Amino acid sequence: MTKRINSSSRTQLAFTSFRRNRVGFFCLWVLMILYGLAIFADFICPYSYQDEDRSFSYCPPTAVEILDQGHWVHPFVYARALTFDSLHRRIYVIDHAQKYPIHFLKNGRLFTVDAPGRFYLWGADARGRDLFSRIWYGARISLSIGLLGVAISFILGLLIGGIAGYYGGWIDSVLMRFCEMFMMVPGFYLMLALRAAVPENFNSVQVYLSVVVILALIGWASLARIIRGMALSLRERDYVLAAKTLGVSDIAIIFKHILPQTISFSCATLMLTVSSYILAEAGLSVVGLGVQDPIPSWGNLLSDAMAIVPVIFAPWILLPGLFIFIAVMCFNIVGDALRDAFDPMFKES
Amino acid sequence: MPTINENTMIKHIIQRLCSTVLLLLAVSFFTFWLMHATPGSFFDSLRLNPQISQETVGRYEKLYHLKDPLLVQYGHWIINILHGEWGYSFYYNVPVTHVLGARLFNTFILSFTSLLLTWGIAIPLGVWAALRRNQWVDRILSVFSFAALATPGFYLAVLLLYAASRWGALPLGGMHSPNYDDMTIVGKIGDTMLHLVIPATVLSFSSIASLQRIMRGNMLGVLRQQYILAARAKGLPEHIVIYRHALRNAFNPLVTLLGYEFAALLSGAALIEIVCSWPGLGSLLLTAVRSKDVYLVMSSTLLAGVLLVMGNVLADILLTWVDPRIRYDKKN
Repeated sequence: MTKRINSSSRTQLAFTSFRRNRVGFFCLWVLMILYGLAIFADFICPYSYQDEDRSFSYCPPTAVEILDQGHWVHPFVYARALTFDSLHRRIYVIDHAQKYPIHFLKNGRLFTVDAPGRFYLWGADARGRDLFSRIWYGARISLSIGLLGVAISFILGLLIGGIAGYYGGWIDSVLMRFCEMFMMVPGFYLMLALRAAVPENFNSVQVYLSVVVILALIGWASLARIIRGMALSLRERDYVLAAKTLGVSDIAIIFKHILPQTISFSCATLMLTVSSYILAEAGLSVVGLGVQDPIPSWGNLLSDAMAIVPVIFAPWILLPGLFIFIAVMCFNIVGDALRDAFDPMFKES
Repeated sequence: MPTINENTMIKHIIQRLCSTVLLLLAVSFFTFWLMHATPGSFFDSLRLNPQISQETVGRYEKLYHLKDPLLVQYGHWIINILHGEWGYSFYYNVPVTHVLGARLFNTFILSFTSLLLTWGIAIPLGVWAALRRNQWVDRILSVFSFAALATPGFYLAVLLLYAASRWGALPLGGMHSPNYDDMTIVGKIGDTMLHLVIPATVLSFSSIASLQRIMRGNMLGVLRQQYILAARAKGLPEHIVIYRHALRNAFNPLVTLLGYEFAALLSGAALIEIVCSWPGLGSLLLTAVRSKDVYLVMSSTLLAGVLLVMGNVLADILLTWVDPRIRYDKKN
């Protein structure tokens, strides 16, 4: 009887080692949940992102009541009435006489309350829009923009880095000077300059796409440099020489034999780039240059919070920042875990 | 020996400067093209402004060769820059240099302070974490750095401003108190420093985290080297092994980072400046971009680029100074 040999490819080995990293795996799950909530925002959120009620401006978070005079009842919320105190500040008085039951799975929404009542799980913004709903609709923009931007920069980086590294010589130095041009200008300045070039009459989809392109243009250069470095060493390998001897074209060698080798390592770098793009989008939106208002993104939700006065009276508008924090942290940790998994040499013994 | 090193060093720096001048030209042309490729310019609003006569607009058009093709306009701009004529800010209604000078100084104060803070705190923390590897100090620092790297700077700034509004000891943004002009010199410096606390803390926060990680990694790498073993084997006291032999070698690679650090600082400073209403280059650029103030945008990007190049060259010089092994006669 022959002994069965268990062999696994490098990628398989890497994934086994990744799965052993408990923190990294947990963060991957958190990310998947965030993306899931964003995708199913229509179902999960009680309101649409532009459903506003100006009489509930900056309404504080609504408590869900499950006890009524000491008895367990179907969850409900109390009605609220807007009044002004002696200093003419808005205060919301809870009206214990009027209750609105929470309906589950009604009108295609996970939970809602009937019309005159409003249900703000995480409070309302200046125009009385539900922050909970806007956060999950905003997640669609914030979480997708990073992925799309990275996809574009990755393609650019692979192409340019691969070509520069494979050919070397003057092609390499011209392309690398070109990269340096992008790396030299401070990212935020480049972002502002590029944003200035976007026409003002763009609709929201066009603005969204232009933000993606802007982000991609900022980050591709450093990716290209990493891939160039790898391609420089890979082109000296014997199998490349073999391919050359067999008469394989340069393009085919780059695409079939060099770039695939770089992908596993750049995977980890990609994760870290996604997180930097999420931060960059938030920065751009916070100063009002990202996706425009009725459409939410985590960045432009925070732009209300950039003035200190609303924050003092309605601290819950700081909440979107927490989600930026969670998403970025998870991407960073997963990226780190992937890098350790793909490149055992990198990990300190 | 040192003279040869110095010569090649100077040659390297000259080479570097030449290539960066080319880069700066390319970057500025790119910005120039971007500003013109888009519909609308500041002149449109000038033309529509009933308070400004057509003759004035015509004079500007002639002065800046606005009727000429883009390349000619750009050429005139370059020539003017070289003559010290940086153009006119239409938004602020003064020559660009008037606005830029003060703003540049403010950005410099902010960046320099946070650079000092970052290096002063991150290096000792990194060494400490490396010496206590996998102990609780190291673990706490590692959690802290992950958290710090994931916090958007502007968000941290708002949180701190919020805390300051509750606490009341720190000013909420700006650079000077309203009664700044009546203060003594000492009072003025103290006042500015008080205003610096929040933006500088925010700005150095994430750089401390990343620099600390890098320093820790370098230190661990060095501690594994044979010469550390040799030093210990010959009975040198531990603090000499660490601080004289390991630290210097672990520190060298960081100096190259200083140049890049500068880029990140400038870029990060822009948003923080805007949130903390610190009157620096970044917030200036934002206003300029929003109002399509062409020459102001051009000059501030150019200045940012120049600052960056200076940072890099400085890092190069510093590197040869701290590490005599580094030479520029070989291609590296």
